[in-house]
Amino acid sequence: MKKTRIRSDGPISARPDTEEATATLDRTWLSPPGFIGWFTHVNHRQIGYRFIVTSLIFFALAGVLALIMRLQLMSPENSLLGPELFNQFFTMHGTTMMFLFAVPIMEGMGIYLVPLMIGTRDMAFPRLNAFGYYVYLTAGVVLFASLFIGMAPASGWFAYVPLSGKAFSPEVGMDVWTTLITFIEISALTAAVELVATIFKQRAPGMSLDRMPLFVWAILVMSFMIIFAMPPVMTASVLLMLDRTLDMQFFVVAGGGEPLLWQHLFWFFGHPEVYIILVPALGMISMIITTFTRRPIFGYTAMVLSLVAIGFVSFGLWVHHMFTTGLPHLGLSFFTAASAMITIPSGVQIFCWIATLWGARIRFATPMLFILGFFAIFVIGGLTGVMVASIPFDMQVHDTYFVVAHFHYVLIGGAVLPLFGAIYYWYPKVTGQMMSERLGRWSFGLIFAGLNLTFFPMHQLGLEGMPRRVYTYLEVMGWGSLNLFITGGAFILAAGFALSFWNMFISRTRGITAGPNPWQADSLEWATASPPANYNFRHIPVVRSRTPIWDDEEADERQLVTGLSNERREILLTTVLDAEPQGVLILPSPTIWPFLLAIAVALGFIGIIFSPWWFVVGFFLSFFMIVGWLWPRRPWQEE
Amino acid sequence: MLFRDTGTIIALSGLASTAQAQEKLQSALAPASDQASGIAVLWWAMLIGAIIIFAAVMVVLGTGLWRARRKETRLSGIASRNLVLTAGVAIPLLVLIFLVGGSLFLGKDLSAKAPDNAQTIEVIGWRWWWEIRYLDENDQLIATTANEMHVPVDRPVRLVLKSGDVIHSFWVPNLHGKTDLMPGKVNSSWFTAKREGVFYGQCAEFCGTQHALMGFRVMAQPEPAFAAWLARQAENARAPTTEEQALGREVFVDVGCAACHDIRGVTPRAMTTGRDPKAPPLIHDLRAMGKAELARQDSPIPAPDLTHFGSRTTLAAGARPATKGHIGGWLTDPQGIKPGALMPPTMLEPQELHALVAYLQSLE
Repeated sequence: MKKTRIRSDGPISARPDTEEATATLDRTWLSPPGFIGWFTHVNHRQIGYRFIVTSLIFFALAGVLALIMRLQLMSPENSLLGPELFNQFFTMHGTTMMFLFAVPIMEGMGIYLVPLMIGTRDMAFPRLNAFGYYVYLTAGVVLFASLFIGMAPASGWFAYVPLSGKAFSPEVGMDVWTTLITFIEISALTAAVELVATIFKQRAPGMSLDRMPLFVWAILVMSFMIIFAMPPVMTASVLLMLDRTLDMQFFVVAGGGEPLLWQHLFWFFGHPEVYIILVPALGMISMIITTFTRRPIFGYTAMVLSLVAIGFVSFGLWVHHMFTTGLPHLGLSFFTAASAMITIPSGVQIFCWIATLWGARIRFATPMLFILGFFAIFVIGGLTGVMVASIPFDMQVHDTYFVVAHFHYVLIGGAVLPLFGAIYYWYPKVTGQMMSERLGRWSFGLIFAGLNLTFFPMHQLGLEGMPRRVYTYLEVMGWGSLNLFITGGAFILAAGFALSFWNMFISRTRGITAGPNPWQADSLEWATASPPANYNFRHIPVVRSRTPIWDDEEADERQLVTGLSNERREILLTTVLDAEPQGVLILPSPTIWPFLLAIAVALGFIGIIFSPWWFVVGFFLSFFMIVGWLWPRRPWQEE
Repeated sequence: MLFRDTGTIIALSGLASTAQAQEKLQSALAPASDQASGIAVLWWAMLIGAIIIFAAVMVVLGTGLWRARRKETRLSGIASRNLVLTAGVAIPLLVLIFLVGGSLFLGKDLSAKAPDNAQTIEVIGWRWWWEIRYLDENDQLIATTANEMHVPVDRPVRLVLKSGDVIHSFWVPNLHGKTDLMPGKVNSSWFTAKREGVFYGQCAEFCGTQHALMGFRVMAQPEPAFAAWLARQAENARAPTTEEQALGREVFVDVGCAACHDIRGVTPRAMTTGRDPKAPPLIHDLRAMGKAELARQDSPIPAPDLTHFGSRTTLAAGARPATKGHIGGWLTDPQGIKPGALMPPTMLEPQELHALVAYLQSLE
């Protein structure tokens, strides 16, 4: 690596760039146009955008499944969906929401925004990034398509053995599930590794760890959690795959296998998973509150420590999903304590935000409305979360609609509301247009009302004995009227989301032009055009505080780094702690190989569903694709 | 013991539930046992706490927002710090210590060993019904029944929970929280019913196609009535008293019902698993059973014991009342009532069907 050529210059106007140089730089970072070109893109903004759009589509599809299930449940012994179809629907609703929507969209937001926030031009491993997206896309499409050809899994998103084993689920649906879950987590892992490397090594000079935006911290914590949480579920799904395809006996009781092992492995992933979804949302909230109050978040250090603490503690909670499995009470009690403990860092965050909001002149634009909605919903979800951490109470409400209510409050309130706030907030950066405020307010109102109308009565249903995952119920149970009410609420909720989708769609063409910084925000992604040019930043900015834009405005100057080549994809590497300039990294250019490798791996994985030999096919095909991917490129070396 | 003031709790929750017109047959909010009462108390306490905390957070947030109506203000650094430390750390810690402590004490009681005078009942979960076996003090089988469990009032009941296939979960909200039935593992639980009544229960762990309608009933009876019921259950099936019933028994054996279902005193397997292996042999011609027996060996599908089917109030794991019409409907088209259930439809002449229903109903 070369010695860096870094200079801190004066105001940007002092050294105007020639148009020619800018055009060269733009060409260097250009993603090739055209149909074939589309498959060669490696730029983080393209990849991040695709992650976000694809996962929003899956969100809508899984939402439609939920609506159909609500129609089935609106009256006792309804016959809209039979048990087979209903079980496939709720399995796919859960699997899609968790694996195909929540985690990918958070990664997508990270992939799109983090490089902009830390002032760099792309991520550390652009091709790996593209590979991750194609893996996600193929796995997601195949998994969801299984529903349309009647091959969908029907053992729940948690796939408890022995029900999901060969003996009780001989259909191909569970094979689809085990192989594709293993497969799709590859994409989560590539994104996580990528984000960690990018955040640690590519921050703009001066952006020491303690000046990093809270969203970047949140993404960093999320990425580490993914790195530790995904391997257990991949292990579990591989073991189950072996059980099913090669007649191994990891989970087969008659063969000495242990069903509880599955539950441990699954929830050791499954619980952190919830926080993997929540933590980035917490980061989004901090960014939005900062902007709309025009104040830095109170207690930056406490916020960061809370995020990290949530990350750690979330790995110590998994057994609270297993309170009724007959494990010894003493052992379980540690998990009650740990589950209660996680409210402390959450509480710290909430009150840091309240301290920030206190007496501030807030602009109540749509993003901020979603954040205020978050406060009410998330507190309710948190409180019921503490309740179900109690072993005796959980024995009553575990696997009932009370828990359904609880985690929808936490996940929709804690993650989806901030996420939609974030979409309204960053949409102008991505598209250059503002989303409609009027539609946004209506959408928020409908979502907030629909959310409560749908999920609040479920608490009561659960306490009145209605279990989860039932395709119907008897009239004598007396759950009919509440269920009808809930179905009505679900449609209001869906209308709210549909309005936001419509808003996203039409604002591309009809939105008001945003300009670089429509919200007068403080973080670096707003220091460049909307949408950013191919190269993100004409020059890498130098950061001197936690609110770089505001401080630069005050000082009326922005220090920039010059000297990066215009002719090739160079990015600046900085030190992990203090972000001192350290070197220059040359990133690879667009290429088709990640796409081809993803197809090869997908062939292997999806083939395993039908014959183990496909593994060999996938293995050798992948080998060739990797050779193609790594083939040395002359121009690099000559320079 | 904590939370043992059962009388008040039951009265209290009774009050709460009178607000609702319908009787709560399967509700954690209408406890009928010490255990369920303890949990209900915990719930009401947590609910009150949660309402207070929620209101407090919203008031603080609202106050903070309201402050800006006149002019922008700002909490000082110290005030902010105090807010976070008090409301975000100290108060939650205090609340949680009490909550975790209380919950663990209650949990310790619930997970304690059942008292010695307890009636032991073994529950085996099958797809998608419940086998219920009464055991004596020496764990010897007294009687087997299915989907309806009778328990004595004021005497502890010890549940021995097993599964024959996948994971199920035994849950009667009015009497206790749920405990899973894990294959390859024996779980246990116990409760003491405090009032008479019929309580509904349901499988609470997703167990496949018919998870939704895998229900059961628990009848809490005074000790003498319970003892009489159990004594009756321990006996073999009563002999047919009418010609129609006799024909029904013949149909039961001939068409293959007996391949899966036991009627003690009629089907061969029941002779060896019944309470008394030396009980008089069945009256029916055993050779007629040959085919059915073969079928059972080919694909043994566990099915409810029907020895005293006539004494049950429901059929198909609580899915239908055990009336003549419903029994007939279930026999001819079980898949119409519970799609995916493992019971095949039975093709019968109308006369045979009537006889079979009459026989089954006579098995009190």
